Amino acid sequence: MLDILLALLILLGSFFTLVGSIGLFKLPDFYMRLHGPTKASTLGVGAILVASAIYFSTQTGHLSLHEILVTLFLFITAPVSAHLMAKAAIHIKVRQIKRTRQTDATK
Amino acid sequence: MLTNAILVAFALVGLAVLLSFIRLIKGPDMPDRILALDTLYINAIALLILLGIYLRSPLYFEAALLIAVMGFMGTLALSKYLLRGDIME
Repeated sequence: MLDILLALLILLGSFFTLVGSIGLFKLPDFYMRLHGPTKASTLGVGAILVASAIYFSTQTGHLSLHEILVTLFLFITAPVSAHLMAKAAIHIKVRQIKRTRQTDATK
Repeated sequence: MLTNAILVAFALVGLAVLLSFIRLIKGPDMPDRILALDTLYINAIALLILLGIYLRSPLYFEAALLIAVMGFMGTLALSKYLLRGDIME
């Protein structure tokens, strides 16, 4: 029972990690590509870390909290780094396709 | 059951690493490369945690935490460099 739950969580996490990287690889311009890896960092690594927390908690018998630390850190830092990368892209006027909305900042 | 799931997960995350590495080499502009590096270190964290479960050893979390902190610092420094032309002013 526990094995099935852990296997499902691990497969879900690795699937979303792959989806994030496919998004990074395939989407046409930088502002769209910025959306892809957020899935990998939140749901992907999040699910794998939850699986690991459950596994080591049942394995050792006491609560394993290292994973929560990593999850918390990733969840705090992901928006900050995405914001800074978007700001840098706007600053150096990175190329964009026509479909991406033009604003005063990105023209 | 669990071992097979972890092996499949290794394959999926390995493919993800490969795709973001291709973007790191190809990426037409600097922000694309920074984003690819960011994704690469997140994928590395996932791989390390999977290895930890696979080898049944809790030793790998410290490495994962260190990669998380240092990767964030790297992204921050590179973005700041593009934004200002200097990391600290």
